[in-house]
Amino acid sequence: MATVIIPTPLRRFTNNAARLTVEANSVLEMIQCLVKDFPDLKKHLLDANGKVPSFINIFVDDDDIRNLQQEQTVVKENATVSIVPAIAGGAPSTKA
Amino acid sequence: MVYLYQSILTPLKSSVEHETDECCGFLFGAEIGENRIISMIMKAENDALDRRRTFRISPKNYLAAENFATWNNLQLIGIYHSHPNSPAVPSELDRIAAQPYFSYVILSVMNKKVEAIRSWHLNSQFQLEEEPLFVLNINKDVYGYRNHPNPAA
Repeated sequence: MATVIIPTPLRRFTNNAARLTVEANSVLEMIQCLVKDFPDLKKHLLDANGKVPSFINIFVDDDDIRNLQQEQTVVKENATVSIVPAIAGGAPSTKA
Repeated sequence: MVYLYQSILTPLKSSVEHETDECCGFLFGAEIGENRIISMIMKAENDALDRRRTFRISPKNYLAAENFATWNNLQLIGIYHSHPNSPAVPSELDRIAAQPYFSYVILSVMNKKVEAIRSWHLNSQFQLEEEPLFVLNINKDVYGYRNHPNPAA
């Protein structure tokens, strides 16, 4: 079973659980397992195309899945998967 | 409502004043019912490419802040950042990157002095909505920062 670290902003959707264990072979399977148990997580972990949104980073152990196989990245048994929100912003004149 | 201990008001302001770049950091404290009490700040490195107008905190530093909160029995309440020579109002970039639950405290820095401090949170429509911010003083005097920035006034 892999351990998933839930960041503070998303704990309100996991009954305040900070760590969960999930049986999954890939990051996508892991997200689907989480969403099955905690449906309100879906809009924060998957966009309309079924991809991880740009403002969420996911690390399998110490590796960013964007440098691996994205949502298809393998999750080994006993892996630690960290969900890390992107923390960013800017002053109003940076509007696109 | 968000309460900020007066004892951290000076360090908070000092961490962003006299800087030409945007500054940022973490807010720690406790949550009691609907109220959040910020009792500690931790300045973070601004990892953005354009630090004059934007800020970014690296995932590594974010994870360190989460661990710090856990080990010290604190709650990670939110994030603060400065808007040099701009109002303490969230930008579209702030809104897009905003996370649920967190309080986003924005400090407007005009001519290298903090002119306003306001707090915002993401609502269910994914918009940043202002939340009342008060300074909590150890003499049990609570005042709204925006309306009464000078406790002696």
